[in-house]
Formats: sequence, structure tokens, C-alpha cells
Amino acid sequence: MRISSFFYTIRQGLKSIFRNKWFSLASIATIGACLFLFGIFYAILINFDNIVKTAEKGVSVTVFFDEGISDDRIQEIGNLISMRTEVSRIDYISADEAWESFKVDYLGEYSDGFLENPLEDSASYEIYLSDVAMQGTLVTYLESVEGIREVNRSEITANTLSGMNTLIGYVSIGIIGILLAVSIFLISNTVTIGISIRKEEIQIMKYIGATDFFVRAPFVIEGIIIGLFGSLIPLGIIYIIYNNIVEYVVGRFQILTSLIQFIPVETIFQTLVPVSLAMGVGIGFVGSFITVKRHLRV
Amino acid sequence: MKTREKVKHTRKKNKLISDDMIVMTNVSKSYSTGAPALNGVTLNIKKGEFVFVVGDSGSGKSTLIKLLLRELTPTEGKILVNGCDVERLKRRKIPKFRRNIGVVFQDFRLLKDRNVYENVAFAQRIIQIPTRDIRKNVPAMLSTVGLAGKYKAKPKQLSGGEQQRVALARALVNEPLILLADEPTGNLDPKNSWEIMKLLEEINAKGTTVLVVTHNREIVNTMQKRVITMKKGIVVSDEEKGGYIDED
Repeated sequence: MRISSFFYTIRQGLKSIFRNKWFSLASIATIGACLFLFGIFYAILINFDNIVKTAEKGVSVTVFFDEGISDDRIQEIGNLISMRTEVSRIDYISADEAWESFKVDYLGEYSDGFLENPLEDSASYEIYLSDVAMQGTLVTYLESVEGIREVNRSEITANTLSGMNTLIGYVSIGIIGILLAVSIFLISNTVTIGISIRKEEIQIMKYIGATDFFVRAPFVIEGIIIGLFGSLIPLGIIYIIYNNIVEYVVGRFQILTSLIQFIPVETIFQTLVPVSLAMGVGIGFVGSFITVKRHLRV
Repeated sequence: MKTREKVKHTRKKNKLISDDMIVMTNVSKSYSTGAPALNGVTLNIKKGEFVFVVGDSGSGKSTLIKLLLRELTPTEGKILVNGCDVERLKRRKIPKFRRNIGVVFQDFRLLKDRNVYENVAFAQRIIQIPTRDIRKNVPAMLSTVGLAGKYKAKPKQLSGGEQQRVALARALVNEPLILLADEPTGNLDPKNSWEIMKLLEEINAKGTTVLVVTHNREIVNTMQKRVITMKKGIVVSDEEKGGYIDED
């Protein structure tokens, strides 16, 4: 392809957007609406996922040891537990630490009556999981370890969080599926309109002896540019909306801030920007490619 | 001139075997429903000839044009255009084949959103003529058809006759071997019709083979050219210096 033809093609692609401005606007709006919904749901889901993940980090299993167990054996058990893949962190709480904590939490000034540590045999390991769904496996293992007297766990919390995780997974798939179906419907409608606008133009080009590539190239460039705008606009809107909502919620409902840690928009955009751009450009490319292809056989 | 070189190159490839420009041998074309649009048509049009094809609606004239443009392929028979077997032409070779054929339609088929200059230049751009050559060739062609002063106008700002002249300029700017004109005066008043026919005659005088499909009795009878008359897909008459034959 000559350089002049290359620039001509680019110019025609750009001009075509302005020539068919209503069609271009409709296409940008369609792609933009789909990607806006996608972005919003992505931001909601990723925040929700973050809440669950944060809650998961707090879920722990506590193990207590047999009476009179040696420090060496406790150390050994600690090493065994640390090696498990489902374990993310393990904290040792000595009997004295446990008593101190109990006094602060429950007894306050009434603790003076105790001369000895009543929790002498209450040294423990607090084990944090990398995946809360693996709690059952870990507990079964811990119960089989020699020297462990008791395993305390929070089954309800673990099950709820694990269930939440599965639910988020299904909801994500469901929402993305619905959005895709809506997008395909809207975009195929826009493409159909595009076909009726372009049919005659493509036919004329083919009668004069234009190659498929020459006919297609400006349309494809037009589609890519439309796709680019169709993804940049919703990204801009999401950026503004997200920051405003976070600011509003944090300012208005301060109680929530201890429960919810909003993910910064920059972190969300690290994934959302490339995915949205790729989807926008991809939709524009495929849409225009198909539109033209249907009429190339002249 | 670059255009000429390009066209020559294509012509060399096509190997002109004889003086025959269009040879149709026993060509039939049937669509899925109804009677055949063409039925055993045999024709021979020599290089540099001027031929009218006349006939009523449904006589097969439009199918003939579509076959010559390789928009359709024949159900039976063989078509040679400038020595090239049209049916055997691979899909990717069709654009180059069409560059040897200029085509003009009754409804002009101009790109409505581009001005006169761009409509004509477009034909040159698709064969990748350098811009500096296009800037010379297009004004020259526009002055040949008498539209040099209107190069900036959009098609809707032009009269029917002017639009058809733009279509002619676009068809001719690449110096095709053949010009196919499908009812070129169908939407024009008598004065404009005659102007277009004069232009076609001038083009023919320069060596281009011209095939005009028309209903215009007066033009056919006055110009005294070869006339091929078709009826229900069959050639019913083929006369040198012929006239318009009435249906009855």
C-alpha cells in the first residue's frame, strides 16, 4: 500500500465519522452504554469481593495443646501447621498473653483476686487461612495432630464467607452474561443500520474495481475510532462517579468506613482501562468488519 | 502518465488474442425462479465498436451487463472480455478485471457525500495512482466532460445531465478498454441525453469500445450504430447501422 493511500484511508475513516455523525453517535452511545454498565458492575463486584476478602483474613482457627506439653513439641506443631498450603499466617499466644488479654477484655479491676494464671494450659496458636473454604480440611488435619487438645473454629463465618465468594462468582458470570447479550443485541442493531447506510457506497466502490481491502479499510478504521470513543467516554464518567460516590459515602456514613475499605479508582482502572479499551476497539473492529463483509460480494 | 502504464500492464497480462473485445458463446443465465434471463446468447463485439443493446424490460439487458461486470456468472456458456474468461476469474482478481471496464448507470451512482472532484478521483485512488498525478488527471477529465468549473459541487447540487457527466468522467478517468452504459439517458431530458450520447461517441472515437443499453428510440434510430435487440433473453436481431425494433 502506498503511503498516500494509507493516509487517504485514515482520512476517509475519520471523515466518514463526521459524514455519518448520527450513526457514529448512536454507535458510540451503544458501545459506551454497554461498557459503562460493565465498568459499574466491575467496580461494585471488585469492592464487594474486597470486603469479603478482608473479612476472610480475620477468620482464624485456634488450637489448644494437651496439658503438660513441652515447648519443643509446641514449636514442632507450629512448624507443621506453617507448612500447610491453606495457612496464610500463624500466631503463637502464650498462656500469659491469653490471661492478660482476658483480664483486659472481661475482668478489668476485678482481676486482682487471682494470684495464679487460671489459663495456665491455654497457650494456643491462632491460625489464619489463605482460603476460608479450606477451613474444614485444616480442622480435620489439626484434630489428627498429636499434642492438640482442642480446635476452635468459626464454622458459620467461614461458611458464610465461602458462600459469599461463590455467590459473587455466580453473580459476576450472570451479570457479564446479561451485559454481553444486551451488547450483542444493541450492537447488531447498530450494525444493521450501518449496513443500510453503506450498502450503496460499498457497491459503487466494488463496481469501480476497488479491492476488498480498499473498501474495508476506512470502515474498519472508523469502527476502531468509534470503539475507542465508546470506551473512553464511559471510563471518564465512571472515574468521576466513583470518586464522588466514595467521597459521599465516606463523608456521610463514617460508621461504614470501619467495615468497608473502598478500592481506590486507580487500582480499579488498572484492569478496567485495558479491558474496556480492548472491548471497545474489538467491538468496533468486528462490527465494521462484519458490516462491510456482507456487501463485498458484488 | 501513470494511469496508462498501469492499465497497459493489466492489458498485457490479459493477452489480447484478437480484435474481439467481448465474445459471448451460447450464454444462458437462470435465476432460481422463473424463466431464464438469458437463453443461449452468442455475441461478438470487436475492439472499438459502438453497440446499442435494446429491448423491453425483462429482455435480459441488465443481466447481460451484470455478466460482463462479473457480478453474475453464467449458468451455461462462455464469456470472454478482452481475452479473459470471466467465469474462471478468481474472486480476488475481479477488482483488477473491472478496472478495464468503465460503467455508467441510469441512476448515476455517485458517492453523494463527496464532491465532483472526489468522485472522479476516487476511481484513481483505488488503483493507487499517486496524488500528484490525480491532481492532473481529474481536472483534465472534468474539462473533457465540460464540468471543470463545478469540481467542488456535491452531486445533489448538479442537474441530472451533470451528474451523468460526472459518472462518465469517473468511468473514463482510468482509460478503460470498454465502457458499459446501462440506460445512461434514462433519467435525462432530450437535450442532456444528446449531450451524453455525443460524449460517448467522442470516447468511442478515441478507441474505447462502447456498449449502451437503452430504451431511447430516437437516439438509436438517429445514431445509426450497430443495434442488438433482445427479447425474453434471446437475441432477436443484430444489425449494423440498425434501428429500434418495435415489440409488435
